[in-house]
Amino acid sequence: MADTTATANPEDGVRRRDFLDIAAVSAAGIGGLAVVYPLVTQMAPSKDVLAASSTEVDVSGIEPGQAIKAVFRKQPLFVKRLTPEEIAAAQRDDNAGLRDPQTLAERTKEGHGDILVTMGVCTHLGCVPLGAAEGEVKGEYGGYFCPCHGSHYDTAGRIRKGPAPTNLEVPEYEFTSETVIQVG
Amino acid sequence: MLKLLSVRLVAILVGLGFALVALYAFVIGAYNAATEEPAGHLPYEKPMDLSWSFDGPFGKWDQTQLQRGLKVYDEVCSACHSLKFVAFRDLEQLGYSEAQVKAYAAAKQVPGIDPNTGEATMRAGLPTDYFPSPYPNNVAAAAANNNAIPPDLSLMTKARGDGTNYVASLLMGYGPPSEELLAEHPEAAPGPGLHHNPYFPNLNLAMAAPLTTAGQVTYDDGTEATIEQMSKDVAAFLTWTAEPTLVKRKQTGWPVLIFLLFATVLAYMSKRQIWAAVKPKK
Amino acid sequence: MSFPWARQYEPKNAVTKFLDEKLPLPRLVYNAVGAGYPVPRNLSYFWNFGVLAGFFLVVQIVTGVVLAMHYAANAQVAFATTEHIMRDVNWGWLMRYAHANGASFFFIVVYLHIFRGLFYSSYKAPREMIWLLGVVIFLLMMATAFMGYVLPWGQMSFWGAKVITGLFGAIPLVGEPIQIWLLGGFAPDNAALNRFFSLHFLLPFVIAGVVILHIWALHIPGSSNPTGVEVKSESDTVPFHPYYTAKDGFGLGIALLAYFALVFFLPNALGHPDNYIEANPLSTPAHIVPEWYFWPFYAILRAFTVDFILPAKLWGVIAMFASILLWFFLPWLDKSPVRSGHYRPLFRKFFWFGLIPAMIVLFICGGAPAEEPYVMLSQIATAYYFIHFLVILPIISSVEKPEELPYSITEAVLGSDKKMVKGENAEPAV
Repeated sequence: MADTTATANPEDGVRRRDFLDIAAVSAAGIGGLAVVYPLVTQMAPSKDVLAASSTEVDVSGIEPGQAIKAVFRKQPLFVKRLTPEEIAAAQRDDNAGLRDPQTLAERTKEGHGDILVTMGVCTHLGCVPLGAAEGEVKGEYGGYFCPCHGSHYDTAGRIRKGPAPTNLEVPEYEFTSETVIQVG
Repeated sequence: MLKLLSVRLVAILVGLGFALVALYAFVIGAYNAATEEPAGHLPYEKPMDLSWSFDGPFGKWDQTQLQRGLKVYDEVCSACHSLKFVAFRDLEQLGYSEAQVKAYAAAKQVPGIDPNTGEATMRAGLPTDYFPSPYPNNVAAAAANNNAIPPDLSLMTKARGDGTNYVASLLMGYGPPSEELLAEHPEAAPGPGLHHNPYFPNLNLAMAAPLTTAGQVTYDDGTEATIEQMSKDVAAFLTWTAEPTLVKRKQTGWPVLIFLLFATVLAYMSKRQIWAAVKPKK
Repeated sequence: MSFPWARQYEPKNAVTKFLDEKLPLPRLVYNAVGAGYPVPRNLSYFWNFGVLAGFFLVVQIVTGVVLAMHYAANAQVAFATTEHIMRDVNWGWLMRYAHANGASFFFIVVYLHIFRGLFYSSYKAPREMIWLLGVVIFLLMMATAFMGYVLPWGQMSFWGAKVITGLFGAIPLVGEPIQIWLLGGFAPDNAALNRFFSLHFLLPFVIAGVVILHIWALHIPGSSNPTGVEVKSESDTVPFHPYYTAKDGFGLGIALLAYFALVFFLPNALGHPDNYIEANPLSTPAHIVPEWYFWPFYAILRAFTVDFILPAKLWGVIAMFASILLWFFLPWLDKSPVRSGHYRPLFRKFFWFGLIPAMIVLFICGGAPAEEPYVMLSQIATAYYFIHFLVILPIISSVEKPEELPYSITEAVLGSDKKMVKGENAEPAV
């Protein structure tokens, strides 16, 4: 009966920690990891957010030089009809050694070269640039100006000065008719 | 010691006090029960025990049945009942393509705002819209239905005991009350604007039989639209609307349980081995 | 305190040595649930439920924090956001079912834990404080569960909130103002829903705090055991780790199997269908019942149907609160020197043939509609409940002649081969 005393010494414990114990502890570990997956993914956008509707904008009412703000995925969307002068200014700078080289033609749809659709979200840290509404500062390049950290965008919405790394994003969109665009 | 004694004395007195009041209430209750006629319940029937494709731990949706059920909802139920927690986009789970869902949604009119004037208006639905309510608000719903507001159906099969069977049984159960029932419970006779149904808890409900003739709905898949078929199909559809994740839930459950079983067996063997050192030998 | 033979924590490498010097957390864990905590070697599976209760508290906090990320406590949208969680949030249905059934399992394991404590008189000296803190935890759990059930804003949520706050309306003179104050209005609405959400979020962390005190208090005298005989020597104990970590691991596996079987295959079995109907202040459900874990106490509340000096409603409220608060006095009501029910013939009879049937009757009656025969049955069971704890327990502890106890835990495990047991270390530990 001497071997039945409760005082198992540590060495015994270590020796017995063989395959079975390792397997049991590993199973617990795998189970724990499996639980992490739903706990993490629940924070990703839910189905209703992912399905968030595409936005339709009627551009017929926009006068040259004017812009309207629409909403796409809960973020501002700038739709601007450029004046001939603005188009000329933008095309002049198409090869001006831009930080994020893109021509005006690449940023607009064929046949609608005067309609500039961009996200109203500064590519620096996400503020809404000025310049879309009447009377707002348009910055040194006559396009948009972000007041948060002083990024200047030109008439094609390209970054020209300031901390922003890239041009204002042009979202995916198409003309569903001559006057209506569908974004997303 | 004296203090402890007094704690127990007080406890005994308090305990007897509560017990005596409870027993006093029991005596009065027993006297009343013996002298008064008990208030009887109207005898209503438990839902029929029907079989469903999504029953049981391995159950799956029958997509063609859900599609037929959608058609019944669409052509019959939706005249009075909303389905406000279901979005058109969800219909893709019934096996419809994105384009079909878009077309289905576009055929529905949902409340909107005129972009130019800001006036309330109706516009074509988008996949992200939810099934529109047939009434602008509860007051309108009550006014149009003899003061009985038709309930939203999104969660109906979860909001009733044995809900799927209940909905199907209720839809099939309409008919005049039997002679025996009326002889025994004259109060069970349907009042004005009420309709007899043995599956409804007080036997009379405001909704008239919605499915009255075979072929009331023309199924696209050629299934014969008997009242039983339509009732079952719409009950299945409403089970899906109440819990679209039902099948995914069961399918996720199996690997989880099998893994846990495996882990538990391992834990048991490991526990036995650890304890072997200190267990007395028999 | 610990037994003199408890193993000492020895930091093995530079990191653990550094930690042990600056913040001896590993040492704390080692002494609390590691090899440094000697535990009676004869614990049955009834001693698993404490660890399981702790586990389900963690499950509730984790799933609850997740649900709170998607839920909105506003009467306009609360029901809709709950459905949003069920339909649109990634794995939201799993989180909600895990939380709802987690509450049920938390109560199941806590009830078994309390049952263990009652049968083995774990509340007796020197463990009174552990018991008192346990009752506090139970009361906090009830408050938390009640407020959580209001959040989905279904019919049972709404009417449960109305009925339970209505209990306070039974207090003479100040009752109605108190009820209005609790609700922040004349009926449950945004004000009530918001404060219930806030408190439902807060209280679990209070529970966690009291749980730490509960475990701390446990480590002063050490765990009880099925014989009720205190630990006398080293041969009576084994280190918590690996012996009881392994045993608790197996117990956890069994509990999780049952829990996930319910979550995945019968997630609404313990709920009420009416809570899938949005709250409607103008229409009361046919039968208002609380969640199953409140049924015995709800039955006591409803058992008092007759005015007797005080109004019946007040009797019901007082009796319901008294039925739990009397647990606070158990250590001083039951003075039998023997702890374990195994060695108390009279206590055992009243326990199995009195208390347990009464609790079952109360449970059934609490979930049944308020009509005969349930009301009359619940009145008898309620009377027995109070007599059992407040009259029978104090009296049998003085009249009962206990059966002979084993000399020690080791003897109980190994039989009466006292050769090895009566060593030099056989001095009583208390």
